[in-house]
Amino acid sequence: MGMTMTQKILAHAAGLDKVEAGQLIEAKLDLVLGNDITSPVAIKEMDKMKVNGVFDKDKIALVPDHFVPNKDIKSAEHCKCVREFAKRNEITNYFEVGEMGIEHALLPEKGLTVAGDVIIGADSHTCTYGALGAFSTGVGSTDMAAGMATGKAWFKVPSAIKFVLTGKPSKWVSGKDVILHIIGMIGVDGALYKSMEFVGDGIANLTMDDRFTIANMAIEAGGKNGIFPVDELAIAYMKEHSTKQYTIYEADEDAVYDETYTIDLSTLRPTVSFPHLPENTHTIDEIHEMDDILIDQVVIGSCTNGRIDDLRIAAEVLKDRHVKKGLRCIVIPATQSIYMQAMEEGLLKTFIQAGAVVSTPTCGPCLGGYMGILAEGERCVSTTNRNFVGRMGHITSEIYLASPAVAAASAVTGKISCPCEL
Amino acid sequence: MKNAKGTVFKYGDNVDTDVIIPARYLNSSDPAELATHCMEDIDKDFVKKVKKGDIIVADKNFGCGSSREHAPISIKAAGVSCVIAETFARIFYRNAINIGLPIVECPEASKGIEAGDEVEVNFDTGVITNLTKGTTFQGQAFPPFMQKIIAAEGLVNYINQQ
Repeated sequence: MGMTMTQKILAHAAGLDKVEAGQLIEAKLDLVLGNDITSPVAIKEMDKMKVNGVFDKDKIALVPDHFVPNKDIKSAEHCKCVREFAKRNEITNYFEVGEMGIEHALLPEKGLTVAGDVIIGADSHTCTYGALGAFSTGVGSTDMAAGMATGKAWFKVPSAIKFVLTGKPSKWVSGKDVILHIIGMIGVDGALYKSMEFVGDGIANLTMDDRFTIANMAIEAGGKNGIFPVDELAIAYMKEHSTKQYTIYEADEDAVYDETYTIDLSTLRPTVSFPHLPENTHTIDEIHEMDDILIDQVVIGSCTNGRIDDLRIAAEVLKDRHVKKGLRCIVIPATQSIYMQAMEEGLLKTFIQAGAVVSTPTCGPCLGGYMGILAEGERCVSTTNRNFVGRMGHITSEIYLASPAVAAASAVTGKISCPCEL
Repeated sequence: MKNAKGTVFKYGDNVDTDVIIPARYLNSSDPAELATHCMEDIDKDFVKKVKKGDIIVADKNFGCGSSREHAPISIKAAGVSCVIAETFARIFYRNAINIGLPIVECPEASKGIEAGDEVEVNFDTGVITNLTKGTTFQGQAFPPFMQKIIAAEGLVNYINQQ
């Protein structure tokens, strides 16, 4: 019985020839990640441990991104705690305001995540790096502390679900629509404890940014990780961004999967998740059959959809158009480099001319931190990843998860819309 | 490990970590402060009613969403002695063990226990007893090393004791 791509990476990191689903292993870590919310708890735990500093100052990434620039005194204290820890331990990859970005957009861009890596992060969307063929998964603060101290973590080897992607998505269908479709199909616990392994010739029709978006939301189906094969596009991305050595793993021909789904990307439609679970999906065609869903705010950004492709699509929709009067449209480039690129390409000008605001990189409104909190009963179309009760503000507010194309079109019309309607 | 015994608070499927501890309170990492907002967005009366030793019972995928360890920390600091669910989200499961909050997966118990029932959990045997209804359920017993982690109040203390 062969191994899945994930199992092969884990076997290598555990120093074993072979692993199988359910086996408990201890694996060497290539990167341990934390942010301004999870790191202070990890640092407190690490202080309790009888250890001398971190296992490797080059293999820890600390990215204050949730509540920075600091929204209040308590957040500032948390960031100060992380900053001082980074200084004390001479952490190479600490990213201060001005250098930082949203962690899961920033780390691949900085070349810190490559194929074959084993990465844990005290942030659930750490699964993003599977787009490059790495095993990466979210953990809590205590696991992060143990990882920083020892450079190791224990894992239960996951079984896998295989998603065979074929065909080419049509205009206005992006990685976001692919992953929302999948979550709608299997549910928010459809991949609980499992790997989501994406294969098939349709992957060649997905940009790197599409793949980051898809892997990013594996956790929204309960997945332990999401992972893509390493093709020429992924290799070109790594060569452009990283000097780290990468290793390509491929699933065995006779690897065993719990389930296999085949998805023809050409049949997918722009898809929206209704409140209050990512699995509550409707296609734009189904939405057309409903009464208009009027909205108060649009957010375009986050670790899911704040990359350059996302901003380009949003700008294409908003070009020579205007945000509906009375509606707030908030655009958040995910990193400084994406911000700069968007500026050079004139995208920021398009957003501002359209009546949107452009923010410095931050997770901000995605988790109801700041920079776009919803009042009682308000509705938001958002390119973020969760639409749970109260996630972006008041517990009666509503979040509709969508692609940048649908979000931008909705900002123009004031109701959930597809760019094809404009 | 001592049995858990208390009154049940009952919830449904997919209780996410945002409703367990909303992000607007994540500018704190103090367990006592987090406890004052525990379950606030799903049950605003929870913190007023919860007594030391009480038990949370839920359906599937408890603790889904964000990896915030603040979620199990707030539940534990609120005095909850055990969480029983049909299934737990993966990261929450790890976090709960790591901070020393006992959790038990048992689909039958989550179906057979209602809000307000008095329930006792034996961690050595995995037996869950509904004292109100006089029924018992077989949950998974904690392996000895997990019992030790929980008895030590978490992974870090456990590592230090080794």
